[in-house]
Amino acid sequence: MASISLNNVFKRFGSTEVLKGIDLEIEDGEFIVLVGPSGCGKSTLLNLISGLETISEGEVLIGDKRVNNVPPKDRDIALVFQSYALYPTKNVRDNITFGMQTRKVPESEQQAALSEVSEMLHIDHLLERKPGQLSGGQRQRVAMGRALVRKPEVFLFDEPLSNLDAKLRIEMRTEIKKLHQRLGKTIVYVTHDQIEAMTLASRIAVMDNGHIRQFADPTTVYEDPVDLFVASFMGSPPMNMLPGKILRDGGLFIEPAGDTSGLRFPVPGEIASRFTANEGHEVVLGLRPETIFAAGAELAGPDRFVFERPIDVIEPTGPDTMLVFTIGETEMIARVRPQDEAPVGTSFRFEVEMAKAKLFDRATGVRL
Amino acid sequence: MSAANSSGIVRASGAGQRFLRYLLYALLVLFCLYYLVPLYVMLTTSLKTVGEIRTGSLMALPDAPTLGAWSKAWDTACVGVRCDGLKPYFWNSVVMVVPAVLLSTLLGALNGYALTKWRFRGANIIFALMLFGAFIPFQVVLLPMARTLGLLGLAGSVFGLILVHTVYGLAFSTLFFRNFFVGVSDSIVNAAKIDGAGFFRIFFAIMMPMALPAIVVTIIWQFTQIWNDFLFGVAFTIGDSNPLTVALNNLVNTSTGVKEYNVDMAAAIIAALPTLLVYIIAGKYFVRGLAAGAVKE
Repeated sequence: MASISLNNVFKRFGSTEVLKGIDLEIEDGEFIVLVGPSGCGKSTLLNLISGLETISEGEVLIGDKRVNNVPPKDRDIALVFQSYALYPTKNVRDNITFGMQTRKVPESEQQAALSEVSEMLHIDHLLERKPGQLSGGQRQRVAMGRALVRKPEVFLFDEPLSNLDAKLRIEMRTEIKKLHQRLGKTIVYVTHDQIEAMTLASRIAVMDNGHIRQFADPTTVYEDPVDLFVASFMGSPPMNMLPGKILRDGGLFIEPAGDTSGLRFPVPGEIASRFTANEGHEVVLGLRPETIFAAGAELAGPDRFVFERPIDVIEPTGPDTMLVFTIGETEMIARVRPQDEAPVGTSFRFEVEMAKAKLFDRATGVRL
Repeated sequence: MSAANSSGIVRASGAGQRFLRYLLYALLVLFCLYYLVPLYVMLTTSLKTVGEIRTGSLMALPDAPTLGAWSKAWDTACVGVRCDGLKPYFWNSVVMVVPAVLLSTLLGALNGYALTKWRFRGANIIFALMLFGAFIPFQVVLLPMARTLGLLGLAGSVFGLILVHTVYGLAFSTLFFRNFFVGVSDSIVNAAKIDGAGFFRIFFAIMMPMALPAIVVTIIWQFTQIWNDFLFGVAFTIGDSNPLTVALNNLVNTSTGVKEYNVDMAAAIIAALPTLLVYIIAGKYFVRGLAAGAVKE
């Protein structure tokens, strides 16, 4: 059994506090992704779990064993590094078996483990090569092979795909997910790439500035973010964040700041009903690009709102086209079908699905 | 008139450019000659007889080249009162230089590895202090070192000299290895730690094989320094345990009878040959090692 528990974990380097009280309960067999901007402490957190860094305060449990003072080699973990960290003077075979040699595993067992892993990862034809003679994707596989032969209870990945080119990254992403489904071991995976987080995780921990902002499954994190940070970090292109004020005029409306055209976004009853803020309260209206589309492009539904704005910039991506426009002083992005595209400068009728709008308190960033 | 070379950087062409290029080469040849003339004189003189040296020109080639002076310098020339040539002192130097080079290189590597990959409080201060040793004029340490060797019972012996060279070689060997290992990714060490390897296993199995360029540079550097050392040799050894450099000095300064320049020259070349040999064998690594880390490979 390899659940992982972090209880009130702090990490300080000198006077800088990198982790400020982390609590995390990871269940056996889960695929947890730690995601956040660089410097948020996610790699440090991984290093505390691996034992490569010493914990300042709090406790780490793997299984039900407190491992605060257990060195990395005795934690039953394996770590895949961002830089692969292969031993440059050893060939692939010795890179993979080095750990077993160190632990004096019998030769025959080493061979068996080596061939099993190298076949699984399709690197059995590369065993005599040195890391310098491998491509990026092959090095990545060897690094994973080195982790796999340990047969650990917990796999830790530190941004393993960020050195690969885009195509290979998607391939390897799928392979890592397959691997998890096949082995069923607990995985903790660090990345700054929110798409990787969404595609891989059974649960995502969104981190910022030494705190975990939200820990939930990908859909919840995407559809139900707890605050402005999580909402703006997850999603590409990011969620449109429109500052505005509450207006009560028969219903609940958001009046965008700096807009002079009298635009008001109606807040659907469901959101409005759990909402007590006063008129004039400053909020941020969060609209994902895919909830803004060309008017009439989708079947009519409840809580739709239509408005017109001139198009500033057109960004085709293939399946969709991004239209950039402005409300007040805020740049907004809408995701429309390519056939709905119109020339730059023309006034465009946008339709918003207000049921999917999120409201945040502008002062605290908390979801309302 | 287009550029003849189809690869590399595009150069301006034309008569003026060509002239400048020839001028550059002419200058380089001149410097080269200037540098090589002393060696030429040494070589030719060592192949001449004493008579020819006295009558002939310094720059002339030998009339009938002979290796007589070489065999005399090696076998029978008088160094002080002993007339066995340089041979015994050559072996003194070899016996001293091999362990001193190996020890100072190994310990320097260990220092560099510990200072960069097992960082501890005060590592930088310790490194700065060790570096300081690279800039101390060795004359300063002669007396304290003599006292230390005396207390250890190593005064006047080859072992004492080995110890002195090992200790004072550490400054540079640590510097070389520290600068090499600083460029090695910490994650390689971390990976090895997770693989269960400890301090020495990581050092010998992972780091040392990677450090080949640094090892070669350090060996060449230490070999040259220790082989060529005169000061410690003359200060800490006596008579029969003298290293080659001291013996060479004594041979050249033995002032009985006619001055045998040919023997002196042959002896000097014999004394210089091992360092030359080491450089020829390992020289390409030397240049490569000095530039190591400058460019991502």
